[in-house]
Amino acid sequence: MAGAQDIRRRIRSVRNMQQITKAMKMVSAAKLRKAQQKLNAARPYARQLQGVLERLAQAPVDVIHPLLKKRPVQKVVYVLITSDRGLCGGYNANLIRKTSGLITETQHEVKLVTVGRKGRDFFRRGKIEFLAEFTGFGDEPSYNQAKEVAQEIVRLYEQGEADEVYLMYTEFVTAMTQRPAQLKLLPIEQPAGKQGKQYIFEPSAEEILNTLLPKYVETQIFRTLLEGKASEQGARMTAMSSATDNAKDMIDKLSLAMNRARQAAITTEISEIVSGAASLE
Amino acid sequence: MAGTFSLQIVSPEGNVLKEEVEFVVLPGGLGELGILPNHSPLIAGLDIGVIRYTMNSTVKRVAITGGFVEVADNSATVLANSAELSEVIDLARAVDAKERALKRLAVRSNEIDLRRAEYALRRAAARISAAEKQ
Repeated sequence: MAGAQDIRRRIRSVRNMQQITKAMKMVSAAKLRKAQQKLNAARPYARQLQGVLERLAQAPVDVIHPLLKKRPVQKVVYVLITSDRGLCGGYNANLIRKTSGLITETQHEVKLVTVGRKGRDFFRRGKIEFLAEFTGFGDEPSYNQAKEVAQEIVRLYEQGEADEVYLMYTEFVTAMTQRPAQLKLLPIEQPAGKQGKQYIFEPSAEEILNTLLPKYVETQIFRTLLEGKASEQGARMTAMSSATDNAKDMIDKLSLAMNRARQAAITTEISEIVSGAASLE
Repeated sequence: MAGTFSLQIVSPEGNVLKEEVEFVVLPGGLGELGILPNHSPLIAGLDIGVIRYTMNSTVKRVAITGGFVEVADNSATVLANSAELSEVIDLARAVDAKERALKRLAVRSNEIDLRRAEYALRRAAARISAAEKQ
């Protein structure tokens, strides 16, 4: 058995780690709350935009917008939304596993656009071509960052670099549960228009569609970025919480071992003294 | 006045405003749009500008940077790219931004820069006009 001194040293190092994981847990709890707020704030806009899109579907629009048009699928682009930083449990690993699964299954030509360092670093080792990569979006992705990504994706789509675009992101369910998810971004599936009110369109349904569709792509990306961010913080909080618990268990075990070692040392010492005294008699 | 209707302004950053109003003027793509209660269903594109809405004969202003409006069932929903209530606009910053944009317009550079400066100028002008007339 290791000496009491060695064990004491280990306990100290585990305790230091515990302090770090505990701090990280609290930090990510605070960031989670913020991310969740932003996610909730973005939802009404996304919902309303979807609503307008539905209303537009029932309008007699002759022009087929390029973002709506289905093409025979040959090239598929996956937009992988991961985090820049690690230490967040299975957050990135789960999504990467799901994406790799899809890539090996599909018969189409696959290319990637990555948001976040973790996804990029993983797939850089493979043979898949990258069309674009984005990193450093920070803890609070802004709408302008989403716009940047959206513009790049729309450009790729319009130039024929992609016939279909999927968003791979992590859906935020609760702080404890996050689910890897897939969303078909382009071509935009126009929701079936329910026959309803007769709308006046100004300037025209076509022109509104022209500005609305890119906006729709932006909001979807913005929403998935926020979902990802909230999921990341949730995953990190859970991971750090269990790390803190594990450290506590470890400290308990080590303390027990240390006490035993100390006891053993004392016992040996006493028996030495006793036997020393006995030999003098 | 023939009653009120509800005006809601949402932007990607969150809900900006939800209020009962009597009258609202929106910066439409083809000119200003006035909406009164019981307007017929309408979907319109909006430009950079100022939304003015009237309630109990006080006029309030919100600066927006383009978007859409949907009017139906006696409520108007504005989907703004961004929206700022006149109370929260930092006037000094807006004036600064306007001057910066003007300066950049004066230096004849390439077309993209010019367009961007013009866009910034219009945004700043909208914010200023919303904030000043409060």
